[in-house]
Amino acid sequence: MKDTTDIVNEVTLPPAGIDRRDFLKRLGAGVTVAVALSDFKSLGAMTFQQRELPTDWNAFLRVAEDGTVYCYTGKIEMGQGIITSLAQMMAEELDVAVDRVKMVMGDTVLCPYDAGTWGSLTTRFFGPPLRAAAAEARAIFLEMASEWLGVPVNLLKVEDGVVFDERNPYEKVSYAELTEGKQIVRSLREKPTLKKPAEFKVIGKSMLRTDAYEKVTGKAKYAGDIRLPGMMYAAILRPPVHGAKLLTADTAPAEEITGVELVRDGDFIAVLHSFPETAMNAVDKIKAEWDIPEPQFDDKTIFDHLVKAGTDERITQEEGDRDRGRDVSHEIIETEFRDCYIAHAPIETHTATAVMEGDTMVIWGSTQTPFGSQNQVAQVLGMPLEKVHIKEVFIGGGFGGKASSPQVVEAARIAKLSGKPVQLIWSREEEFFYDTFHSAAVIKVTSGVDEQGKFTLYDSDIYFAGGRSSELFYKIPNHRVRVISGRDAHAFATGPWRAPGAHTNVFARECQIDIMAHRAGMDPLEFRLYNTDNNRVIRTIKAVAEKFGWTSQGSPEGKGWGMAVGYDSGTYVAMMGEVEVDENTGRVQVLRVVTAQDMGLVINPQGAILQVEGCVNMGMGYAFSEEIFFNGGDILVKNFDRYSITNFSMIPPKLETVLLDLPDEPSQGGGEPGIVTVGAMIGNAIFDACGARLLRLPMTPERVLEAIRSG
Amino acid sequence: MKKTIRFTLNGQTAEMEVNENESLLWSIRTHLNLTGTKFGCGIGLCGSCVVIVDDSPVRSCMVNADYVENSRVLTIEGLSNNGTLHPIQQAFVDHDALQCGFCTPGMIMNAYALLLENQEPGREDIINGMEDNLCRCGAHNRIIAAIQEAGSVMKGDI
Repeated sequence: MKDTTDIVNEVTLPPAGIDRRDFLKRLGAGVTVAVALSDFKSLGAMTFQQRELPTDWNAFLRVAEDGTVYCYTGKIEMGQGIITSLAQMMAEELDVAVDRVKMVMGDTVLCPYDAGTWGSLTTRFFGPPLRAAAAEARAIFLEMASEWLGVPVNLLKVEDGVVFDERNPYEKVSYAELTEGKQIVRSLREKPTLKKPAEFKVIGKSMLRTDAYEKVTGKAKYAGDIRLPGMMYAAILRPPVHGAKLLTADTAPAEEITGVELVRDGDFIAVLHSFPETAMNAVDKIKAEWDIPEPQFDDKTIFDHLVKAGTDERITQEEGDRDRGRDVSHEIIETEFRDCYIAHAPIETHTATAVMEGDTMVIWGSTQTPFGSQNQVAQVLGMPLEKVHIKEVFIGGGFGGKASSPQVVEAARIAKLSGKPVQLIWSREEEFFYDTFHSAAVIKVTSGVDEQGKFTLYDSDIYFAGGRSSELFYKIPNHRVRVISGRDAHAFATGPWRAPGAHTNVFARECQIDIMAHRAGMDPLEFRLYNTDNNRVIRTIKAVAEKFGWTSQGSPEGKGWGMAVGYDSGTYVAMMGEVEVDENTGRVQVLRVVTAQDMGLVINPQGAILQVEGCVNMGMGYAFSEEIFFNGGDILVKNFDRYSITNFSMIPPKLETVLLDLPDEPSQGGGEPGIVTVGAMIGNAIFDACGARLLRLPMTPERVLEAIRSG
Repeated sequence: MKKTIRFTLNGQTAEMEVNENESLLWSIRTHLNLTGTKFGCGIGLCGSCVVIVDDSPVRSCMVNADYVENSRVLTIEGLSNNGTLHPIQQAFVDHDALQCGFCTPGMIMNAYALLLENQEPGREDIINGMEDNLCRCGAHNRIIAAIQEAGSVMKGDI
């Protein structure tokens, strides 16, 4: 008979609000390793952008009795591929095959607290403690195996979860065998030794996505794919414009429809039906009167408005004397760049399925912040935090837009009001209406160069793009960057859009630099290298130039070359591309894009390349066609007919990516950097092709034609 | 008024009871509980809901359920055969031709119809055939490569 042990070492507190016994029961048998979030920093995790973290411990992994390794993370999978790369980290440190690792993601009961999946933080912030937990688990198994086999630990080796005596491989025992009948919970005792790059077998090796099979067969479950007995589909009465107040609502015409149920809580009115379309049609039957505010500005007047609305300024970078900078400049160039509101437009609209199970609200929601959603639901419904359980689903694209997930609260409210299981799927119109848009922005830049082509001055005022990726990695003796914002500047919500504000900032800086290089009579590549001493910038530029084949002779006849350099999420990115401009139509076709990234240790090179390609392809949209048209709080874009995201004909036939080989340097972000340079690179390439300088995103055919004419 | 629609679904006879003006998309997702066919825009602009009706691609949000009466309907769930992936599905896996995966069923079904017509599509043919299927994650170049490879496999070249 097997000995059943229950060892709980140094684990002081269960996760917030959860009964310890209950928690252990939920975890089940096996070897569990927990990490205190307060230890993140000492484990080598990147801690910038760190908010207050809870100090309690959380389970990171459990090796179950059948040898399956469960990896728990509060992060979610929205396409960025961490379902694969986190499993690789776990497999590496634990010495198991990647396919033994089962990722459990974004479940607020099972997974460690996480502030949200954004900012390209997963690999940098969550990776190190995850690897530490896996290394700790391996050490535990070695101790147990040593006892089981009667062999000292230093003579043991592990291969795919089997521990053996290196002198006699037949003396072996598997993790599964060691785990059987036990429940062992350990927290990290000291900083475990992580594997060195030279020892890696899994990290740094390209792997295909592990979730592909589920996704190509239609089996992958998103929030709208949950089916519950008696489930009703909900549709909510929405205002016609932002800021409208409900005066009266005659709900009778909706309620007359067979099978319709209506719930109301003040101005919150929702219609339920067992068939989704019937609910959507019924809500349209409600006769509502609204008090609609007068529009104050629209998509054309927004830029003047933003400059006026910019009341709070902070200087983020300053050095030297700008007056002196002017004096020593041979050429001074003043430019105003503009960017518009753009939408996240994930193909999956915001969706949530909610049900009261006993006294617990259980929700499957498309959200980048399961724990944030849990908190919001608890607050709005007045429920204790531990009685709200957000469960794991795949997310059909986020890009920052699902960092805000009010539909989770809405579904929970309707489920509570109706007492029924409820599914809420935002229509595409709701998705555009309630999106937290990338902000429109104005960036004013004054810069100077001397006769030798040395940077002398850079003075920039950034209105409403924030400071992300505005770092000047060029050597400019006299510079200042001011980031200007203000309250109530927008007629609707704005929020983080894949590298928030970064592509606006990079568009302004890198186009300005291109203008200056041209004025200085220098090649844009040469000009950049001449004006920086940042080694990471230099090596990234050189890597992209080599792959691209950039020469000072420049682009072939009829084509244009452009480049741009960016810094985002700890990663340096340099991008070069070739375009063709139809000067009769203003249509631009990008023919080739080469991207180089300096991003430290890359866990899954294939995954990182996928992210770069995704960034380039998605970036074509903001560069060429994406723009939210509006009049005050009235969002005129309702669907994809007035909002063109990248489609097949827009993508470059050739996409190449170079990841600098830096296995000994810490991992940096990969989900966003590649998108920050796309607009600037294309703007510069258009100039090279036809002499037209675009100062406004998106660079639509009309704007290209206008720039050609005024060229 | 309820109406019973009879058709062939993924090779099996099927029927569903629908009300007037119910779209094929929501009927498939709700009455048949087949959730691989996705809602993306509701007005035929994104292609997430493409299914195959009698060998042609149909945006299921744009037709009523009774459109498929006495027809053969193929959804993403019916494409693989006893766990063996269809060459298009396999090529999407092998080329990492997806990220979030939400547009993937519609992409694959649309590509299926494209390859029924032409198993040697050039890049331009694929772009033309797939232009109105939207992917926000930016997997386009890999989708094109996957479709080309799948065509070769279906033709028996590989």
